[in-house]
Amino acid sequence: MILTTVRPRLSLKVRLRFDRRTGRHLLLYPERGLELNDTATAIARLCTGEWTVDDMVDHLTRVYDDVAPDEIRREVCGFLDVLADRGLLQNMS
Amino acid sequence: MNNEHRPYTLIAELTYRCPLRCPYCSNPLDLAERGNEIDTDTWLRVFHEAEALGIVQLNLTGGEPLLRDDLELLIEGAGKLDLYTNLITSGIPLTSERLSRLRALGLDSVQVSIQSARSSVSDRIAGAPSFHRKLDAMQWVTSLGIPLTMNVVLHRENISEIEEFIALAERVSADRLELANTQYLGWALKNRLALLPTLEQIEQARIVAAEAKMRLRGKMEVLFITPDYYSEYPKSCMEGWGRRFIVVNPEGLALPCHLAHTIPGLRFERVTQRRLADIWHHSEGFNRFRGDEWLPDPCRTCERRAVDFGGCRCQAFHVMGDAGMTDPACSLAPGHGHIESARAQAGRLAGTLIFFDYRTSRGCFSR
Ligand code: SF4
Ligand code: SF4
Repeated sequence: MILTTVRPRLSLKVRLRFDRRTGRHLLLYPERGLELNDTATAIARLCTGEWTVDDMVDHLTRVYDDVAPDEIRREVCGFLDVLADRGLLQNMS
Repeated sequence: MNNEHRPYTLIAELTYRCPLRCPYCSNPLDLAERGNEIDTDTWLRVFHEAEALGIVQLNLTGGEPLLRDDLELLIEGAGKLDLYTNLITSGIPLTSERLSRLRALGLDSVQVSIQSARSSVSDRIAGAPSFHRKLDAMQWVTSLGIPLTMNVVLHRENISEIEEFIALAERVSADRLELANTQYLGWALKNRLALLPTLEQIEQARIVAAEAKMRLRGKMEVLFITPDYYSEYPKSCMEGWGRRFIVVNPEGLALPCHLAHTIPGLRFERVTQRRLADIWHHSEGFNRFRGDEWLPDPCRTCERRAVDFGGCRCQAFHVMGDAGMTDPACSLAPGHGHIESARAQAGRLAGTLIFFDYRTSRGCFSR
């Protein structure tokens, strides 16, 4: 589980790249990549080490005002978990 | 083009030349001459064509890619195309000056392979004093802030060092530790008896790796890749033949996998003669094992065919003599008996010291 007070940062090996074939973003790291949807891209962009998980949820709630904050929190935590599992985040404790 | 057959990764084998002589390397030594290598401009064009095809990752490998004098130009070119560029090296010959130059030109990550965590063993396997230079290289990588993958090819002789490998990876602050078991093809297949670990060794190693993975979560990614000889189902070969990867070898031959040309009867083409996109879409070799139609029984009706595509074509050929058969590593394959008996043999020989054949000046593959 992710603490909501940490300030996640994409680890050094990760690069976000626009994919002109799909119009989506790819998260690239050695030997692998993840294709992101729009929300995931928005979350990944906030992983700079400055935003706490709570800040991210607040911010995204304002951007996606048609989505319930609870759902946004679930998405943020879920996606951060995926990233952390793959070793793509720093600053997690 | 849909995304079903979209290459994401170009594996550029820049040279066959290498300062080391690891016994299990699949490089044909007899071709290790500069004159056989495609030149800078051709590579730069290939990178361009690859990016246009959808490729976003570039692995620069060899032989030893550092032996190319134009590595700077190649990395710069890849950087301009915004490719994620990964240098796969033995760490020799590297200087920290050259590394920082490569980084500035757009190098994204470095992978260094080690054979043993013990310097004497490592040097013996590599056939040259090299362990300390590898350590230096890894330390330069991390001190320049470049993500480092430490890669270890595990086999019977070194699998018991797994804790030392993990400790070493922590010491050099690697971002990823890849503990990959040998693929039993080519030289390794000939020396399988000496290399294949026992089930017990695998189980122990797996537990140690899993513990490290938990403990290092968020700090280092630990990957443990089981040998397919001990799994129920085969690995997906390169995520499907001609589906995600293109290998271009030092002479410019474009391949679905680095050993594909060892399968007789398949026709592959050179990037010097045809555009990469044409090769990808239309060459006979790339199309041979795409899709479902070629699948043999029992894959044809098996649910896992979308996951593993019937396994490794090279293994089917090298073990069964027919690249169109189900990978014998699969427990459902008609040829699985071969794998089971190799496994049983490994168990019987547990604890016995077996020497492996050093390769001599000839390549391990008759081409
Ligand atoms: S065919 Fe076999 S050797 Fe070739 S890439 Fe696939 S798994 Fe590897
Ligand atoms: S039968 Fe074929 S598709 Fe099914 S698991 Fe085995 S190799 Fe894969």
